[in-house]
Amino acid sequence: MHELGVVFHVIDEIEDLARQNNVEHVNSVTLQIGTVTGIIPSYLEDCWNWAVSKQENMVNCRLIIEKIEAITHCEDCNQDYNTIIYGKKCPHCESENTYLIQGNEFMIKEMEVV
Amino acid sequence: MGNIRIIEVKQSVFASNDKRAAELRNELKEKKTFLLNVMSSPGSGKTTTLTRLINILKEEFKIGVMEADIDSDVDARTVSKNTGVEAIQLHTGGMCHLDADMTRQGIESLESDDYDLIILENVGNLVCPAEFDTGAVKNMCILSVPEGDDKPLKYPLMFEVSNFVLINKIDVLPYFDFDIEKCKENIRYRNPMADIFEICSKDGRGIEEVAEYIRQQIYDWRR
Repeated sequence: MHELGVVFHVIDEIEDLARQNNVEHVNSVTLQIGTVTGIIPSYLEDCWNWAVSKQENMVNCRLIIEKIEAITHCEDCNQDYNTIIYGKKCPHCESENTYLIQGNEFMIKEMEVV
Repeated sequence: MGNIRIIEVKQSVFASNDKRAAELRNELKEKKTFLLNVMSSPGSGKTTTLTRLINILKEEFKIGVMEADIDSDVDARTVSKNTGVEAIQLHTGGMCHLDADMTRQGIESLESDDYDLIILENVGNLVCPAEFDTGAVKNMCILSVPEGDDKPLKYPLMFEVSNFVLINKIDVLPYFDFDIEKCKENIRYRNPMADIFEICSKDGRGIEEVAEYIRQQIYDWRR
C-alpha cells in the first residue's frame, strides 16, 4: 500500500519534534496503529529501516509498533464487538447501524532521544 | 552525549497534513477558488471524463488542471490539447498519493492566481489518495463498470471520503456482470451522503448532469 509515503510523514514529524526539543539523536519511535488502518507493520518496518538510514540523526532508530484492536459499537443493541471478525454487521443483533470506536488510529506515541 | 529521555508525542500521523489541508482550504475560500480532487483506479476514464466536463464548464469558469502521476506528462498534454485550459503535471516522485503540501506547490506553480475551478487529478489508485486530505473542497470518485460493482466494499475509505461518485462506462454494462443498483447500494452502504451519477465518458451520456452539479457546488462555495 502506501507504507513508504506514511513513513516519510512520520519522519517529517519526528524531525520537527527533534528540532523543537534540541535532540541530538532519536533512538526509537513508538507508533500506535489500529488494526483496520490498512497499514501492514512488516512493510512499514522495511520502509522505516531504509528511510531512517538516510536521516543523519535517526540512523538505526528503532521502530516500536503497538497494535490497537478494532472495536465496533452497535447503536441498536448497544453492544461492542470485534470489527476484524464481524465487520459492519453486529453479531449480536445483525444490525448494520454500527460505527467503529477504535482501530483506525495511526499515532506517534513517543520517542526516545538523546 | 546527553541523557536518554522520552518525549511523549501522542499525535496522529495525519494531524499535520490535516492542519495544512484545512489552511489551504481556507485560503481557497478567500480567493473563491473551488478545488476538486478527482480519484479513481487507473484506466477508469478520469482524463476523458475530465476533458468532457472541462469543455462544458470552461464557458463559465476559469479552470486550471493539475495532473498527478508518478512520472510522465501524458495526461497534462492530453487535457490541455483537448480543452485549451492550462494543465500542469505534478510528479509525486514515486509516491502513491498527493498530500496537502504537494497540492499547494501545484497550485502555486499554476500560471494565474484567479481560477474559479482547479481540478486535481490524483494518482490512479483507490487506497492511498483517500488517506490524505489534499485541501480540496470536494472529492469526486470515478468507478468504471469493468472494475466490478463490489469495489465500494473492497475500498471502504475511498467511498467514505468521496462526496460524489461517477459510475463510468455504462455503455459496456451488457457485457459485464455488473449490477448497477447493487453498486449504488454498496456506495451508499459506505457513504449514505454520496451523490451518484451514471455516465459514459466516451459518448458523453450523463456528463451534462455532472457539470451542472459541479456548477452548483462552485456557487455554494463562493457564497
